Amino acid sequence: MISQETYDELTAIAARYPEARSGLLPMLHLVQSVEGRVTPEGIETCADILGISAAEVSGVATFYTMYKRKPVGDYHVGVCTNTLCAVMGGDEIFARLKEHLDVGNDETTRLRDGDRATVTLEHLECNAACDYAPVMMVNWEFMDTMTPTSAVDLVDDLRAGREVTSTRGPRICTWREAERVLAGFPDGRADEGPSAGPASLVGLGIARERGWSAPPADRDADADAVPEEPGEELAAARESDDNQAEQAVVEAESGSSETAAEKGEAS
Amino acid sequence: MTAPDTLTPVLTATWADERSWTLDSYTASGGYEGLRRALTMSPDDVIAEVKDSGLRGRGGAGFPTGMKWGFIPQDNPKPKYLVVNADESEPGTCKDVPLMMASPHTLVEGVIISCFAIRAHTAFIYIRGEVLHVVRRVQAAVAEAYAAGHLGRDIHGSGFDLDVVVHAGAGAYICGEETALLEGLEGRRGQPRLRPPFPAVAGLYASPTVINNVESIASVPSIVRHGAAWFASMGTEKSKGFGIFSLSGHVTRPGQYEAPLGITLRELIGLAGGIREGHELKFWTPGGSSTPLLTAEHLDLPLDFEGMAAAGTMLGTRAIQLFDETTCVVRAVLRWTEFYKHESCGKCTPCREGTWWLVQTLAALERGQGSEADLDLLLDQCDNILGRSFCALGDGATSPITSSIRFFREEYLAHLTHGGCPFDAARSTAWAGQEALA
Repeated sequence: MISQETYDELTAIAARYPEARSGLLPMLHLVQSVEGRVTPEGIETCADILGISAAEVSGVATFYTMYKRKPVGDYHVGVCTNTLCAVMGGDEIFARLKEHLDVGNDETTRLRDGDRATVTLEHLECNAACDYAPVMMVNWEFMDTMTPTSAVDLVDDLRAGREVTSTRGPRICTWREAERVLAGFPDGRADEGPSAGPASLVGLGIARERGWSAPPADRDADADAVPEEPGEELAAARESDDNQAEQAVVEAESGSSETAAEKGEAS
Repeated sequence: MTAPDTLTPVLTATWADERSWTLDSYTASGGYEGLRRALTMSPDDVIAEVKDSGLRGRGGAGFPTGMKWGFIPQDNPKPKYLVVNADESEPGTCKDVPLMMASPHTLVEGVIISCFAIRAHTAFIYIRGEVLHVVRRVQAAVAEAYAAGHLGRDIHGSGFDLDVVVHAGAGAYICGEETALLEGLEGRRGQPRLRPPFPAVAGLYASPTVINNVESIASVPSIVRHGAAWFASMGTEKSKGFGIFSLSGHVTRPGQYEAPLGITLRELIGLAGGIREGHELKFWTPGGSSTPLLTAEHLDLPLDFEGMAAAGTMLGTRAIQLFDETTCVVRAVLRWTEFYKHESCGKCTPCREGTWWLVQTLAALERGQGSEADLDLLLDQCDNILGRSFCALGDGATSPITSSIRFFREEYLAHLTHGGCPFDAARSTAWAGQEALA
């Protein structure tokens, strides 16, 4: 059931954007947070608010993998099985979890006697944490450097209702609560968890140990002396580097790499 | 000028600070000084500073950032937009996510300066939806920036107005392609657009739009603060500045290493404590799975745009995935190919059908079925995709296949003679040899 409150929140999402339809992706996240999946009613409601057809909304909802047409459990448990994590043990973790939970990919556990929560298992593509491989995600929070044993413990804790904390983030909320944050409604947990995990800091640590840093900026000293006249310094800096920079630009423009550059991932 | 140090933390410098993600912490280490300085300059001077720095796009393509900004037609009466591509999804790539988690204000400050330069009054940060805590940290940083007067109306009395919208995606690798990202941001299926027109002329809502990667935008505050010459004093002739190198896989200390462009893999592996003990490097990706594989022969090449292009590959996102001799290259390549098939948006035939056929052919080979002629079939299929697809996803799908056949043809054939994969996958895992963990 889409309540009036939800309807109003969906409308508020659309109003964040110069053109309302831009709100559709976060709106569908909000639908999932209240409905537990993308429901026909949620689709109709988004279509109604945006003045587009239900088929257009449906077309979007079926394109993106985070939108689910079947009910998702209390916790969405993902295992990265893209190449690097798979090789580092993700395949073994995923196989162990399928067996342990007695579910297949994209399936949800039964609520057994004594269970406090259900779990939906899915294998994931790369989740941008390769330096912590093998990686799992619970409701899109990082669970770094997992093993088959720690993975089994994790899902047991989730099903038993025990509190679980991300290895590089906050206490884990439910999937529906997570979807609400993705819809753009903060839950106040931004200050939980560390700044960074150990692998994120390894290069910085080595640099500090060895006294390495980026070169000092000559201009900083000048700027302190003459804080109100940055223009001249800029001009000077630019002058000294002009030829080289221009040359690089010209070569980049004329080089054969341009087509690839333009085609590639946005730079 | 003396050569810069081997590692040059700038973007990563504050990541170990107490509550580094907060405005207080960021400001205490000099944050928003770049913005203060930018607001004393003219927008064109900011663009010139970034052009002169030599900064090239950090999202993989390496297009000069300042030049991209210069393409925005300022006489176009439509609003201008900045869209930050925070859809980090290229397999192996894991730099923007820790940056946004540890120091979201570096990105926010970069967004404000960049918008000031291109005269945009609305910016969007499109973050992939699968990284919840990153979304939280960026949402919080934007809220703090509004409260501090870094965002909103008449920023610090400059007369410049800017609103920033944090937008969560919903799971689609293709949205890392900039025009597909715009489709997603317009509430549509993420399928790439035909170019021209380029986004600089007709991007978001058919208005002039700059789309930049997180790390590109995050590099802007330091350039404006310390100067183009400072930035250009690091790196190589045509690949200026610093970048985050992400090491993952069979290496003793995987992680993020921020260094001048042009560092070699030998140096990086040395810093990372070597390939894991008792093993040796077999193959690696310089910048994600879409960049052709290299081998131990390529340890001393400069990791910059030119050095990688000369070796027949690409610098990409500096996502260095390292695999030792226990890893079956056919298994690795098949898995990447399955990924491209899964992520193909379906818009163009060469990619939609081609990636499906690649998986069929490769999977059979991996099972030890087929014949040597299937390698030529694979290469022929690649030839029908590369350069014939609508966007770079199709091209990327061919990279691991053609490069692995080039370097490891014998290993493909070994699957045929062995009647399947001759490798023991258990030996590649992080816990191999420590059976108690498994």
